[in-house]
Amino acid sequence: MLNWLRWLPENVSTYGADVDAIIALIWYTTVVWLFLTFGAIGLFLVLYRRRAGRPAAYVKGERLGEALWVLVPVAVVLVLDLWLDFSGAPVWAKVKIERPAAALSIQVTGKQFTWEMLYPGPDGRFGTADDRLFLDELHVPVNRAIRVVLRSKDVVHSFFLPNFRLKQDMVPGREIEGWFQATKPGKYELPCAQLCGFGHSGMKAYLYVHPQDEYDRWIREQWS
Amino acid sequence: MTTATAEHLRHSVWTTYVFSTDHKTIAKQYLAQGLFWIVVGGLLAGAMRWQLAWPDTKVPLLGEIGPEVYNMLVTMHGTIMVFFVAMPILLGAFGNFLIPLMIGARDMVFPRLNMLSVWTFALASLVMLASFFVPGGAASAGWTGYPPVSAKPVYTGVTWGINLWILGLALEFASFLMGGVNYLTTAIVLRAPGMTLARVPLVVWQQLTAAALFLLSVGPLIAGAVMLLMDRTLGTGFFSPELGGDPLLWQHLFWFFGHPEVYVVLLPALGFVLEVLPVFSRKPIFGYRWIIGATVVAAALSFIVWAHHMFISGMDPRLAMPFSVTTILISVPFAYLIFAMIATLWRGSIRFDVPMLWALGFLTMFIGGGLTGIFNGSAPADIYLSGTYFIVAHFHYTLFSTVFFGGFAGVYYWFPKMFGRVLHGGLGHAHFWLTLVFFNVTFFPMHHLGLAGMVRRIANPLQYDALVPHQWINVLATYGTLCLLAAQIPFAINILWSWLAGAPAANNPWNATTLEWAAPSPPPHLNWGARVPTVHRGAYEYSVPGEPLDWLSQDSAPPARTETGSPR
Repeated sequence: MLNWLRWLPENVSTYGADVDAIIALIWYTTVVWLFLTFGAIGLFLVLYRRRAGRPAAYVKGERLGEALWVLVPVAVVLVLDLWLDFSGAPVWAKVKIERPAAALSIQVTGKQFTWEMLYPGPDGRFGTADDRLFLDELHVPVNRAIRVVLRSKDVVHSFFLPNFRLKQDMVPGREIEGWFQATKPGKYELPCAQLCGFGHSGMKAYLYVHPQDEYDRWIREQWS
Repeated sequence: MTTATAEHLRHSVWTTYVFSTDHKTIAKQYLAQGLFWIVVGGLLAGAMRWQLAWPDTKVPLLGEIGPEVYNMLVTMHGTIMVFFVAMPILLGAFGNFLIPLMIGARDMVFPRLNMLSVWTFALASLVMLASFFVPGGAASAGWTGYPPVSAKPVYTGVTWGINLWILGLALEFASFLMGGVNYLTTAIVLRAPGMTLARVPLVVWQQLTAAALFLLSVGPLIAGAVMLLMDRTLGTGFFSPELGGDPLLWQHLFWFFGHPEVYVVLLPALGFVLEVLPVFSRKPIFGYRWIIGATVVAAALSFIVWAHHMFISGMDPRLAMPFSVTTILISVPFAYLIFAMIATLWRGSIRFDVPMLWALGFLTMFIGGGLTGIFNGSAPADIYLSGTYFIVAHFHYTLFSTVFFGGFAGVYYWFPKMFGRVLHGGLGHAHFWLTLVFFNVTFFPMHHLGLAGMVRRIANPLQYDALVPHQWINVLATYGTLCLLAAQIPFAINILWSWLAGAPAANNPWNATTLEWAAPSPPPHLNWGARVPTVHRGAYEYSVPGEPLDWLSQDSAPPARTETGSPR
């Protein structure tokens, strides 16, 4: 219960470990601050509890010399904050900005309360006769960068792959790109993470990550 | 006494208790409405937690809750707790009660506007209450009301529920705009002789900053609310992409207001704690001017952090890092405020009366919520954590600590002044300790649920394979909630019993320095006798070396100098 990092589900994406490392960095930093502040409060409450014949000190904390007792810790907070933030910047860029050239594109459209997964088919282009639509199941090969084009037909949904540390809202009127690359075959849950109406609870799909040969077989079966 | 004053004093039962212009009566009217809504909001939370622990079983008294009803519970719990509990109690009740008394005024500068504000709030309450009973039920699009879910009845099945929700909120905004204008003007023009701005107690500074924040941030949301209502009723398409609109526009408008709004609620409660800590440490607050500075800096920064609620919304991902930096910078003034509170304890003479316990409860729980905010403020961590129960845990550690721990610090501290009665200490201790324990039993495990991947606003966690092994945590949190609700019974008994039959309170039971304690308990209409007090010093003169008492009231005349030409 105490170590929060153990609660994260298994990571199976290439960038998930970087996200987890940022969470871990913040976890260790904030735990230290929790102990420091709680320790100071506890210590002061015991040491300076009311005692007969011991008046409180008349310290106003207005002069710079006194204020430094607080300003120095505040400066440390500022430095740590910036450090945490700038440590996170490359991770954010990796997940959300620098999308690698992907071999496979899939269009994922949310609508109340299903997921439409559109594959471009052998010609690799959307809007042609060999496109195929799958409901609530997404099949991808392992170890390949996958590009998802996220859309919505009605309300805001959110594409959440907990095991991949990926979340992205799907907004009607927009096409938002995301990407991921799986490191391990398996069946993973894909819940909707944005309140989208009465069927929000239970609006989920599964992501099937296949070894390459198994994926090729699946493709042949579907497009035969 | 002037004739105008005498005329002001003549009033019937009707104008004393109902349509009163007295700031103290208006404060109590806000308090009564806020307490009513706490019961509603708390019971909604109890029903939600029941459904989450034991999905699709009968909730006692309510019967079975389906997903539609669950979404209403989620939406109305959030709306009620922020707009109909936190604001009327922290701003409406305490702002009204404290500002005139603490600056040495006889009333608000616009008493009739003040009365209009509380009755506008009553109308807002009525509209919000009515929305539960219209066909289709109450609003169910989340307290954030994101379109298109909120923009078209077909997406939720809720028709008038959401229209009334928008109308109720609009009336609530109007009420607090009137209140805010009054607070600011009163504090600027009605300060007693000698009450310079550098002597105004911190809670008044916090109330004023909150009022200014609200005035400056609510405009865009009112525009958004009008657009949303028009989308729903007139068929416009401000938020509908098929008609050329954009759903993200609402999110920007909402959060441009929403983040400052969090501080509108936080600052007054922070003010209560800043008043209580010196009194029960018998020591000046640590760094009065620095605290005012930090408050203003935090308030200013709150206008440029809103998009941290939208990291994964689909806005340009290059915007995330700038907003992540501003967000994380806002922890600097708050770190100052927290450290100043801790430094106030240092070398004090601390006594653990009930208001002090709540103040310390606020301090510790708010630190917890502040630290989890660092996770959410980091854009990459937020990719995973946003929209999960980690967020729910975070904002309850910040907001519950603010509204309830901070609010109860205020209630227990000022109750003797408000009602002229002493609260029962034993019941107060029981209330505090039970609330502290069960608050943590309820909300601490939610961090784990969030880390395990449980998303918000789902009615049935058992629909998700990954959550089934963690269901015991949902059950634990629900037991916590039920006990937390039960823990409020000692409080209800305490205020009712003390109000009706408690021992009379002295004028200054805590030996505090600020002006409200110089007035009788409870203060009469127009607060002061023949003349308003004159202020001679700052608000936190405790344990001054060489003084016989360990407190110097703001209005006690300095012994060395006597005022000339003012017979008392």
